[in-house]
Amino acid sequence: MSDPVAALNGAQSEGFVRVREIGPVGMITLRAKPGTPGLAEAVKAASGCDLPQPRRITHQGGMSCGWMSPDEYLLILPYHGVAAAMAALEGGLAGTHHLAADVSDARAVFRIEGEKADQVLRKLSPADMDTVGEELRRSRLGQVAAAFWAGEGGYTVVCFRSVAGYVMGLLTHSALPGSEI
Amino acid sequence: MSARLGTGGRLIDRAAGVEFTFNGKRMRGCRGDTLASALLANGQTLVGRSFKYHRPRGIMASGPEEPNALVGLGEGARFEPNQRVTTTELFDGLTSTSQNHWPSLEFDIGAVNDKLYRFLPAGFYYKTFIHPRPAWKHLFEPIIRRSAGLGKAPTEPDADRYEYTYGHCDVLIAGGGIAGLQAALVAGASGLRVLVLEQTPHWGGRAPVDGDVIDGKSADDWVKSALQALDGMKNVTLRARTMVSGVYDHGYVLAEERIADHTPGDGRPRKRLWRIRAGRIVSATGALERPLSFAGNDIPGVMLASAMRDYVVNFAVSPGDRTVVVTNNDDAYRTAIALKEAGLVVAAVIDARAQVTGELPERVRAMGIRVETGRGVVKVKGKKFVTGVAIGLVTGEGAALEEIACDAVAMSGGWSPVVHLWSHCGGKLDWDRKAAMFRPDRNRPPLTLDGTAMVYPAGAANGALAAADALSDAAEAAGAALAALGREAPSVAAAQADSVAEGDLLPVWIMPEGAGPALKSKMWLDWQNDVKVSDVQLAAREGYVSVEHTKRYTTLGMATDQGKLSNINGLAVLSGALGADIPAVGTTTFRPPYTPVTIGALAGEARGDIFQPLRRTPMHDWHLSQGAYMEPVGLWQRPYCYPRAGETHEQAVNREVTNTRERLGILDASTLGKILVKGPDAGKFLDMLYTNVMSSLPIGKCRYGLMCNEQGFLSDDGVVVRLTEDSWLCHTTSGGADRIHGWMEDWLQCEWWDWQVYTANLTEQYAQVAVVGPNARKLLEKMGGMDVSKEAIPFMTFAEGTLGGFPVRVHRISFSGELSYEIAVPASHGAAFWELCHRLGADLGAMPYGTEGLHVLRAEKGFIMIGDETDGTVIPQDLNLDWAVSKKKEDFLGKRGQQRSFLASNDRWKLVGFEALDGSVIPDGAYVTAPGSNEYGFRNAQGRITSTYYSPTLKRGIAMGLLKNGPARMGEVVEFTSASGGAGVSAKVVSPVFYDPEGEKQNV
Repeated sequence: MSDPVAALNGAQSEGFVRVREIGPVGMITLRAKPGTPGLAEAVKAASGCDLPQPRRITHQGGMSCGWMSPDEYLLILPYHGVAAAMAALEGGLAGTHHLAADVSDARAVFRIEGEKADQVLRKLSPADMDTVGEELRRSRLGQVAAAFWAGEGGYTVVCFRSVAGYVMGLLTHSALPGSEI
Repeated sequence: MSARLGTGGRLIDRAAGVEFTFNGKRMRGCRGDTLASALLANGQTLVGRSFKYHRPRGIMASGPEEPNALVGLGEGARFEPNQRVTTTELFDGLTSTSQNHWPSLEFDIGAVNDKLYRFLPAGFYYKTFIHPRPAWKHLFEPIIRRSAGLGKAPTEPDADRYEYTYGHCDVLIAGGGIAGLQAALVAGASGLRVLVLEQTPHWGGRAPVDGDVIDGKSADDWVKSALQALDGMKNVTLRARTMVSGVYDHGYVLAEERIADHTPGDGRPRKRLWRIRAGRIVSATGALERPLSFAGNDIPGVMLASAMRDYVVNFAVSPGDRTVVVTNNDDAYRTAIALKEAGLVVAAVIDARAQVTGELPERVRAMGIRVETGRGVVKVKGKKFVTGVAIGLVTGEGAALEEIACDAVAMSGGWSPVVHLWSHCGGKLDWDRKAAMFRPDRNRPPLTLDGTAMVYPAGAANGALAAADALSDAAEAAGAALAALGREAPSVAAAQADSVAEGDLLPVWIMPEGAGPALKSKMWLDWQNDVKVSDVQLAAREGYVSVEHTKRYTTLGMATDQGKLSNINGLAVLSGALGADIPAVGTTTFRPPYTPVTIGALAGEARGDIFQPLRRTPMHDWHLSQGAYMEPVGLWQRPYCYPRAGETHEQAVNREVTNTRERLGILDASTLGKILVKGPDAGKFLDMLYTNVMSSLPIGKCRYGLMCNEQGFLSDDGVVVRLTEDSWLCHTTSGGADRIHGWMEDWLQCEWWDWQVYTANLTEQYAQVAVVGPNARKLLEKMGGMDVSKEAIPFMTFAEGTLGGFPVRVHRISFSGELSYEIAVPASHGAAFWELCHRLGADLGAMPYGTEGLHVLRAEKGFIMIGDETDGTVIPQDLNLDWAVSKKKEDFLGKRGQQRSFLASNDRWKLVGFEALDGSVIPDGAYVTAPGSNEYGFRNAQGRITSTYYSPTLKRGIAMGLLKNGPARMGEVVEFTSASGGAGVSAKVVSPVFYDPEGEKQNV
């Protein structure tokens, strides 16, 4: 079997900040209500992360868990760690109502890195970037849905795989030198 | 003649010369000039021709209210029409051309209209060109369009780029004059986020030109120290060159930032559209001076008094050697003083008021300038430039008492607060009788989401014209905005300006008051649309009483300046003609944008490759590399067909279909919707969503299902597979995936919230490849990894395993009638798996086929397509799909809808096949005719075509369609309409299943 290929095969652009597609990245959609017995333990076992509070994202050892909605979480982990994490979730949540699905290949992931990385998002998302803080912000970039969070000298952006080229175009355009806000 | 003065000019850098051209003529200006000041410095007082009468026009104003001086700016891909020279910053290499004339600005044949003014009154077009009817379209309109109109549209794609930025603040301050800065100092001290936007490149507004003294300093110095203080506040953002264009509901504000208008081609975006959410808005947008209505007030050399002193003080430009100032207020005396101090001659100040005793007039008298009271200008002399004025009694009928030679006229009819931002969302206005102006009524503000005031007018925009009043008013407005946000006003004292005692203004709407028709037909109200006092009075005589109707009849205020100079004067003339009070007549509606916004800025980044999101499958690049002709399916890009060298699309489709029937076709089906539904109540849920039963589907099996909306109409279809005891995977149409997922969540969240069901849209997680044709199984066997035999994976079942090393889920389903496998593989392996199919399939005759081939294959089998056979009015029973609608289930979405009499009727149009008697392809959308015609005279119809193709398998046209009682009419011959209206095709009614009706080929 060939190696998994990210939507844009790791495209990059350099503007007043650096934009690069990373991945493939492992992602699991987990649907369960916060009070579900064993949920926090299962998430911990699968990702090492604490269950996040509403709108927040938690990180542990390179893995993350984001709050997506009142009954949905997103686990972010290495691509090849998905099977083990799915097994941990299934083990921990067996017999309780939940849904866990591998969505690693349904997504494209970008990094925006540099001092003014926030400016790229300010041009594309109606989110109030001054208040993003430690949140996983579900919003839009231009005309498509996207989510992002801050950290490690920039932002990580997630969108659907099919529109990766469009989002790369948006990010590149918005980071063109001379267009600093 | 206007000219550059030897000294002065607070905004220009004389050492930095700038070259530019006007109508091809090379001129020189200074850095810091506007195009207006540079043109005047070069003696160019004639800058354009008027819209209707082609009168010579000059520069009237110094800001965004300029009605006359519009030019075409730039060339080729950077050409933009209708640019105001007064707001255009000069740069090296600027090219500009005047508008509205032929053959030249100096000699314009259209000026004959000026002589014909008697025949071109208000409403002229409506009255004159009514008959004969066809003449409007073919004769009058083309001629009028050529002689009227402003700039020309650009002919090349825009060379520049644009972008949006989303802003968020607690207090947005529109305007960076002294009121705006004062408001910012107060709001900034609260610690809340404050955004201050100023449309010009300079802060401080008019105060430095008007010579205001604030906190004992010159206005310039005070502005500098205020900016310094604001720069030190981390919570305050200042942006110049950014015009607030509109205020919308809930504190939404649009603003246009001019980034590189004055530095074209420097690599920066030209403009940026700010989309702002503001808690509260302080409108410190200043005021605009009003012109006076006297005959010849449009001759080049007649200028607003405030604009004239702007040119003198800011740009060291003299508008003329010898100026007459005409006014009804004290403020205009500042212009006389500025001119005199610059060493120019002020021939006289003509003041409409009988008594003039204010501080400023006294200073003017003391400077030795002649002041005439109770007088007005009865006529301006000159054609392309001012040569003098005739003056007379302001209360008279226009008899000239004296002529005064001059080459410039400064006029002031008082000031109108810029109430636009206050009014955009419904803020109401009060008529201030004393100052003769509309000002915001703070008791009737525009409201925001919590029902409190959204906009707080400050300074001159609130009618506080004098510096001292403006500063305290602005501090108070900012405090009120903070209070509305739940903050106590910080203890920031308003700055104190030295007050100048000014006398009252005398409203003068027509000068002189008793002027006759000859004079009134040369008194301009709206310069840009050529509307005069006589036009508005005519409208009143013809019965127009509403200001909104009068506006549209006369076109007053309807030009690109949106009546910034004309509205109040026009409305006052109308109320005079109607004998009504000004507030009783009211104003027209203020609407965004404040000044025109470039279309490119509104489009933002959405151009070229990122005009709209195009969804691409993992195999997209392969399709392009094979020369696929792509078509949009929703936002997806899908191959329509893969034409080979020399092939037409039709030939390519036929080849692809035949190859699939005879050997092996491979289809990129990745766009199919795939929704995972899981939970203890998932079976019950799907039984409600689908018309047939899904809860009974055994694990490992596939079942075709239909979804209807509550009304019973067919909404989506697809194959459902049972993955585990409590999970199903629902395939939807390509276009329906997001909609159906939303539909599921809607029912789960809003109606059946206590059912234990979760859904996840996995559409993009998997690439899906249909391997279709007699050789399909051979290809999969060649890949190896799992048993794909008929026994291991019978028709309508699926299995998981590996093929060629790829993790796959293999479905035995067929949308073509052939032996067919649909194989789902993780998207990041999609391209590699697809290539493997083609590599290993090469000697089995593998060829890709596109969406058109897919359509032909399914139509040959009589399979329906959502969106072709359905259009929102079709129920499953119409398509003979009764077998997929459960009779046993107590309920499902659409069941009760389908029981309504019209839908349950036996008399409906139902699906059949059609074979044209001559074997041709029946035109898509053609109707089956019925005898007679309906009440509108249209031919009656009894059916229509829903799908029609050439079948390369059957070598003739095939069609599906709906026909009244169709299935009972097999063998009957019906007639179709034709696009030309002539005789259409005759066709035989047949079964819609044209190929392999027993289904033997797919079940092998």
